[in-house]
Amino acid sequence: MISKTGLKSQLSTIYRRREFDVFIVIVIVMVVVGLRNPTFFTKENWKDMLMYVSILAFISIGQMMTIITGGIDLSVGSVLALSGMSVGMIMREYAFLHPIILILTGTIIGLSCGFLNGLLIGKGRIHPLITTLATMSIYRGLVVVVSRSLWVAYGDITPGFRLIARGNTLGINNLMFSALIIAIVSYYFLNHTRKGREIYAYGDHQEAAKFVGINGANINMLVFSISGMLAGFGGVLWVSRVHTAQANTALGYEMQTIASCVIGGVSIFGGVGNVIGVLLGTLLFGVILNSLELIGIVDFYKLSAQGFIILVAVIFDAIISHRVAEQMRKQRRIFNDGQ
Amino acid sequence: MESILTLKNITKKFTGTLALSEVDFDLFLGEIHALVGENGAGKSTLIKIITGIHQPDTGEIVLKSETVSFHDARASYDHGIAAIYQEASLFEDLSIAENIYMGHQEVRPFTRSIKWGAMYNKAHDLIKSLEVNLDPRALVKSLSIAEKQLVEIIKALSADAKILIMDEPTASLTREEIDYLFKIARKLRSEGTGIIFISHRLEEVFEIADRVTVIRDGKIVGTIDKDHLNVDELVKMMVGRSLQTLYSKEDVQIGGPVLKVDCLSRAGEFNKVSFELKRGEILGFAGLVGAGRTEVARTIFGVEKPEGGKIYIEGREVKIENPRQALELGIAYLSESRGEFGLVLPLDITQNITAPILKRFARFGWINRQKERETAQKFYDLLDIRASGLEQKVESLSGGNQQKVSIAKWLAANANILILDEPTKGIDVATKAAVHRLMSEIAKTGKAILMISSEIPEIIGMSDRILVMHEGVLVREITRSEATQEKVLAAALGEA
Amino acid sequence: MMDNEKVKIRIKLSSIIRRWEFTIFGLLIVIFIINVILSPELFRIHNLLDATLTFTEKSIMVLPMTLLIISGVIDISVGSISAMSGVILGVCFKAGIGIWYAAVIGIFVGLVAGFINGLIITKLKIPSIVVTLAMMLFYRGIGYILLGDSAVRDLPEKFGILGGAYSITFIPIQFLIFIVLAVIFGVLLHTTTFGRRIYIIGNNENTARYSGLPVDRTRLVLTAVMGFVSGLSGVLLTSRIGSARPDIAMGTEMTVITIALLGGVYIFGGRGTILGVVISAFILGYIHYGLSILNIQEQVIRIATGGVLIIALLIPTFVEKIREKAFERSR
Repeated sequence: MISKTGLKSQLSTIYRRREFDVFIVIVIVMVVVGLRNPTFFTKENWKDMLMYVSILAFISIGQMMTIITGGIDLSVGSVLALSGMSVGMIMREYAFLHPIILILTGTIIGLSCGFLNGLLIGKGRIHPLITTLATMSIYRGLVVVVSRSLWVAYGDITPGFRLIARGNTLGINNLMFSALIIAIVSYYFLNHTRKGREIYAYGDHQEAAKFVGINGANINMLVFSISGMLAGFGGVLWVSRVHTAQANTALGYEMQTIASCVIGGVSIFGGVGNVIGVLLGTLLFGVILNSLELIGIVDFYKLSAQGFIILVAVIFDAIISHRVAEQMRKQRRIFNDGQ
Repeated sequence: MESILTLKNITKKFTGTLALSEVDFDLFLGEIHALVGENGAGKSTLIKIITGIHQPDTGEIVLKSETVSFHDARASYDHGIAAIYQEASLFEDLSIAENIYMGHQEVRPFTRSIKWGAMYNKAHDLIKSLEVNLDPRALVKSLSIAEKQLVEIIKALSADAKILIMDEPTASLTREEIDYLFKIARKLRSEGTGIIFISHRLEEVFEIADRVTVIRDGKIVGTIDKDHLNVDELVKMMVGRSLQTLYSKEDVQIGGPVLKVDCLSRAGEFNKVSFELKRGEILGFAGLVGAGRTEVARTIFGVEKPEGGKIYIEGREVKIENPRQALELGIAYLSESRGEFGLVLPLDITQNITAPILKRFARFGWINRQKERETAQKFYDLLDIRASGLEQKVESLSGGNQQKVSIAKWLAANANILILDEPTKGIDVATKAAVHRLMSEIAKTGKAILMISSEIPEIIGMSDRILVMHEGVLVREITRSEATQEKVLAAALGEA
Repeated sequence: MMDNEKVKIRIKLSSIIRRWEFTIFGLLIVIFIINVILSPELFRIHNLLDATLTFTEKSIMVLPMTLLIISGVIDISVGSISAMSGVILGVCFKAGIGIWYAAVIGIFVGLVAGFINGLIITKLKIPSIVVTLAMMLFYRGIGYILLGDSAVRDLPEKFGILGGAYSITFIPIQFLIFIVLAVIFGVLLHTTTFGRRIYIIGNNENTARYSGLPVDRTRLVLTAVMGFVSGLSGVLLTSRIGSARPDIAMGTEMTVITIALLGGVYIFGGRGTILGVVISAFILGYIHYGLSILNIQEQVIRIATGGVLIIALLIPTFVEKIREKAFERSR
């Protein structure tokens, strides 16, 4: 039997190399930036950066799940804002409410938004790109409606609420703790449960998945609900961290989650991606953003920098996979006359 | 012998056509039962009824002495009927083991977490039982086509399938892989599995089948035992009339070389390939699947760049960097996979035929629809395409007619050098003969044909000269007069 | 009439009715009627044409976007290119270059941006959604880098003519530009070899290549044109507002794609017509105008836009489900 073991083992090493590459880049960037500006390594800087990265990380995990199934969730920024604004408004009126209730409210708002997405995609059979494109606008519009053109400002934040972002659990900052827990749970879900594996199967080959009994509509409703839920949860934490909520909160945030996924090795075609990759991708993204600030790149360059980062990651990806394909082609057959 | 599956008086009508009419069919436990017939004869409809994709209008299906009715494919699968098609439906980015057990992996009682170790072990056992050497952790995307088919068979085994349907399983396999597949089929047969084997390759049918059922125009013509098989009889049954000769090769005046390839190489694909193609000639390119013939063709056509060697057209050296340049030089390539590379399925016949030559009907870019239709009509008639008209979408045509549209396209493009890659693959016998006749006529007009084929009888029947490739190297040239099946096969296998 | 002819007419009629363009044309009538009921003053030609002002800038971008999507490529950086062009115009003007030359430079920059997009997509073979996602941020960023938080406010009045003024027959110049471009793109897509190639490439890229069609070159041309029109749109918008700023055309890419999809363009490529997107542009334009007359905020109007898209796309699913139920019942 002609078994292409050579190709097989090459493929698995390449697969594993992706996360490794990202890790190396992170280390390099840290070293370079650290030399330019030692404040990079201070505790405050790292705490700030990790707090930012934590929220991005778990929302990106939700995004990853939608991308694995072959879809995408462009509405996460709007869902985050809607949840944050709603919770902020509630907090203004009812300052006595325990933060936990607010967290739950925000999460449920996000869950509902995500569930609606899932319904339109799974039962309504509208393409995820289009659906979330539309709901992105709808939810963003609802932010304005809910806020009645007001803002949530510093003064509205109750001390209890502020603690959500500032407080610690088991010695680690709440935001990082949440990210950690969510990452662990997601990892377990995606790698050790049937449903989790079905998500990969569905994203890999829809028809084959349907044949073994996987219900596409259910999968879609599941992953988009999760994505929405995490975005909703993130919204509460976000408002707690920055102490404000406005109509344009997290505008364009979905791009950052997609960027983190892309950097982390999630394939835009579906079927490929893992939690560790996304965590590393998010970390790299955050580290670079942070570094730019520290090197003295003015705020205004941030946007272009983000775009540039994604571009580099994607081109890097493409060049590597082209090269790998070339190598594989050349190795298929060796001719013994020096070719 | 005991019947495991019996179909009685099955009729199936679609709007406008009677696909199956009063069909009786049965499958024994432990037999390999071949189903043959032209394209459109009703084979696939019959299979779709057995697998539950369609429901019969009349008649009944009896499975192990129980009358059953399947409302979808999943239902038939649950009853032990598994089908393997050419396109594998596997999860490429997942492992072999996951593919086998997706949806019903073993889980631990409380936590519901997957028992990975047990899964890999079970998969390993199944693989071993077929005497194959595969790693259950290997990702499916790293497997060859033959290996993927094996995984499909293993999937069927794990589902305790008692009936296995193989639809054209050998189309893309090497001789070695076909032998392996047959070995496994025979093993399954000895364990009591009933196998329905569909193929256009009659030699294979003779090799493996215990019984052969012929279907024609929706009716069963007859079932023959393997001891009473006879090619001409079989073909007559399939076609309803005896075909003169399958290979209508005429003697043509062969002219000078129109294409010359010198030491053409591409790393990993083929090495130092040199040959000439003469006017009026049909040059057969033989070899096993994967020998490198398609790669050579694609390089001549400009899809890939050569990494060594030269190409000459009419004595002039040329650099062909893309198909457009190839076309300008008069080279056409009929791809092996017409759905992927040869046709635009959602578009109609006219648009497919005129795709490479739109400039001809355009004045300052504006398309003259009338002229376009006239040209398309000319070739539609010439090739005797059976369709409801030029506006019919190509995706709804039969395989044979689709192939005719592909050929029409290249004829309309006025190519002088036609490279045909497996021109009669997956086509019914009658259309096959028509294509061969056409090839002879084309050669008569002075054009040159390079025909890649894996069917040795076709190569011997149609070629003026035969070039045999083996593992990327041109190993032998055989003239028409000295050609025999053994010589060609031996060269293809790398011996002699 | 002979029976045969009656049947032919019925078939032709049903094929027209089944077409998407017919559905959305009906939708347009409905929207129009609703608007007029809510704000009766709309029913004067003057106001109707005024309405076109707000959405023509976006609508002209829908035309090349349609061709692009049909060919299998998407570009979500168009809003950013518009903004960048506007900013470049302002910066050039501030540096002393004549306003009209500045406008040309701005449009030219848009062309270059589109071309760069096309190069990365075709030469490096990277999916367009990801490339243009990155470029969206990148080009928008350039606008901010050049102007920061400020704007170039003192653009000459005569420049405002381009965006805001009317031609002799009280039809806004912008609208005329849109109609002219619509006709050009319509002819291009539906009657020329270039247009036919777009459909073939979008339906089956491999076959297109194997048929000798210049796949990469075609897509490159389309992305460049997309960039050009985006630049033009940015300049028109800047002209209408009267100042150059980096935060214009936010979310425009989404609106443009929405209009295209609502107009029957298939997201995976290979299907779509100019007629459909023109009707769709009017639908979304009038929804936008009608709601803004009622003093509803921009972002809230987006709820309506998103809603219309979803409803429009639910219709096929809905119809199919009804057909399935009817089929079940007849068995």
